[in-house]
Amino acid sequence: MTPKSNRVVLMACLAGWLGLTSFGAAWAQEPKAVKLNTTADHSKFKDLQREFNSGPELTKVCLSCHTEAAGQIHRTKHWKWEYRNPDTNQLLGKKNVVNNFCISIASNEAACNSCHVGYGWKDASFDFKSEENVDCVVCHDTTGNYKKPSGLAGNVVTKDMEFPPGSGKILKAIDLSKIAQKVGKSSRDTCGSCHFNGGGGDGVKHGDMDSSLAAPEKSLDVHMDASGLDFTCGTCHKTASHDVAGSRYTPTAKDAKGAHLRGASDNGNPATCVSCHGNAPHKQQARMNQHATKLACQTCHIPEFARGGIATKMNWDWSTAGQRDANGKHIEKKDAKGRLIYESRKGDFVLAENVKPEYVWFNGQVNYTLLTDKIDATSPVTRINTLGGSPTDGKSMIWPIKRFGGKQPYDTVNKTLITPHTAGNDDTGYWKNLEWNKAIEVGMKTSGTPYSGQFSFIKTQMDWPITHMVAPKDKALGCIDCHAKGGRLDGLEGIYIPGSHANTLVDKLGWGLALLTLLGMIGHGVVRLISRGKAQGETK
Amino acid sequence: MTQRVYLFKGFERFWHWTQAALIIFMLLTGFEIHGTYANFGFERAVNYHTIAAWSLVGLWVFAIFWHVTTGEWRQYIPTTDKVLAIMHYYGSGIFRNEPHPFKPTSQQKHNPLQRLTYLAILTMLNPLLWVSGWLYLFYADWAAWGLTALQLQWVAAAHTIGAFLTLAFLISHLYLITTGHKITSQVKAMVTGWEEIE
Repeated sequence: MTPKSNRVVLMACLAGWLGLTSFGAAWAQEPKAVKLNTTADHSKFKDLQREFNSGPELTKVCLSCHTEAAGQIHRTKHWKWEYRNPDTNQLLGKKNVVNNFCISIASNEAACNSCHVGYGWKDASFDFKSEENVDCVVCHDTTGNYKKPSGLAGNVVTKDMEFPPGSGKILKAIDLSKIAQKVGKSSRDTCGSCHFNGGGGDGVKHGDMDSSLAAPEKSLDVHMDASGLDFTCGTCHKTASHDVAGSRYTPTAKDAKGAHLRGASDNGNPATCVSCHGNAPHKQQARMNQHATKLACQTCHIPEFARGGIATKMNWDWSTAGQRDANGKHIEKKDAKGRLIYESRKGDFVLAENVKPEYVWFNGQVNYTLLTDKIDATSPVTRINTLGGSPTDGKSMIWPIKRFGGKQPYDTVNKTLITPHTAGNDDTGYWKNLEWNKAIEVGMKTSGTPYSGQFSFIKTQMDWPITHMVAPKDKALGCIDCHAKGGRLDGLEGIYIPGSHANTLVDKLGWGLALLTLLGMIGHGVVRLISRGKAQGETK
Repeated sequence: MTQRVYLFKGFERFWHWTQAALIIFMLLTGFEIHGTYANFGFERAVNYHTIAAWSLVGLWVFAIFWHVTTGEWRQYIPTTDKVLAIMHYYGSGIFRNEPHPFKPTSQQKHNPLQRLTYLAILTMLNPLLWVSGWLYLFYADWAAWGLTALQLQWVAAAHTIGAFLTLAFLISHLYLITTGHKITSQVKAMVTGWEEIE
């Protein structure tokens, strides 16, 4: 190559390099200040820049791009509210189970189903094949403005309306267009809009889930800590094809598989502690890992539930409902903290915060008392659900639970639980009329359960495994919480806890032996002293 | 007329006092773990008890080596010679200032009754404590060792029985060391090695 051609090549390279760097510099000014976690800015979509008069109207637009989303939703429990447990063959799901909170949804759909991921499920005629009735926004709203008021069967309000009609109460319209333009991933707020309010109010049902988890401190939940790890629900309840992992009906009580390997085909439930932490999570002390072979992580790491300042219901007595004041009006009673403890509509409540859980052996199998099951009215308490498990089945771990007590109506002749019509602005709904007979008749007819016309109240119980509100490790239970007389696991069968379960016979015999030895030695010594004294006296 | 006899060599005395301290410490921490009383707190009591146990294991390794290499193990060969006479002495002769029927020498440090007692401790009480203690310590490995039928409460009960027997031994030991020529003769012997005898 000649020096001249060399120079040309060099200049060309320089020019190219300069051009590239200036091009790069131009790009460097472009990136957004915030790293986006989506490739689509929905506010730029022309189809969403319009007014929407109903939820389904919006869903149709969502589905014009996300063509398969509704089909995915249709397969889920969130949509069907029906689930057949493959182990017990029981037909479960909100549609079918009875609980001891608001009892059941049959005939109360318009109210209860404001938490359905759909629009318009007001009675049995709801079309479960409808794609446009899928509610996308309830899980994907990021504005916090999306509301599905109780009583509208999951529908939203797009024009201010009086509800219930004639009540003078106005439901404010929401701006679906704005909400739709800002959709994003699900969050603690979206999941929480229903799951924090299970049982009819904030924190009522679960005890380990309430609105304090919307932006919790580290001490309340080490993972969801809003200024720390900031997990959303979906971080653990890892969702694929809109099917959310983790189940109340078939929980994973013991995850023997260990931490998940990305891409492994036999990865199980991703929502367990073990799926990330593995089965030997304690780095310092092998003894802790040894404990973890029998104790669910939750047992030590959730020392108490309802820790976020919101009380959970521990007992609900429907039998005292229906009282009226002198003017025939409904009554409400509040405790010193201003929390409702009696309502004419619902009866008496027991509320509690910072609750120490009960502990049970649990193998993941849950059996429900369904409407088709006979109940034994003579037993002291009817179990609405029964957690399976034993110390010896090899599948159980010791789990913390919230044990919820109730007293609810049952058919005294047919010996079944009852599904009363509670919610509804009609002349049979119990919450409006405070008359059990009509409410039960209508409710039982809707749920398709024979009703004898005779009812009374029966004590019931439900067990709720506790798994949220995981405390930082320095707030976990210490040895002494169980290894002491009267410790947390006292009375749990199948375990020997040093410090708590001493063998009383061995103790009695042992201390007896020690005492006898001591007395023998003292006696011998005393005789020795006296006789020595005598002997010395004699020699003098 | 009193005479002095050199009974306990340096290592023996070190062994005795270290072992005494460890055993008393393990009784204290052990009964705390058992739930009898609270001092260190359960967690620390467990940790201390475990450390003391392994320390005792280490001490025993040295003690066994010492006994084997010096031939001192022969001190524990049982004999029934004079056993009745010695029992008679502790039962009545001691109260009448009768002389002890056994004169210890460096060849025979322990009277026949002591020999039998220590041999019983060595062959029955200690194995009970060691085996139950080790099982307790390695509870996590039972399944891997195939010990599926073993119950923790049996092991715990066995270990506790061992602890009570040790406590009873300690109480009687603390008293019996006062029965030498003078009240302090025997404890002095274990400190200096020299015992005063009649």
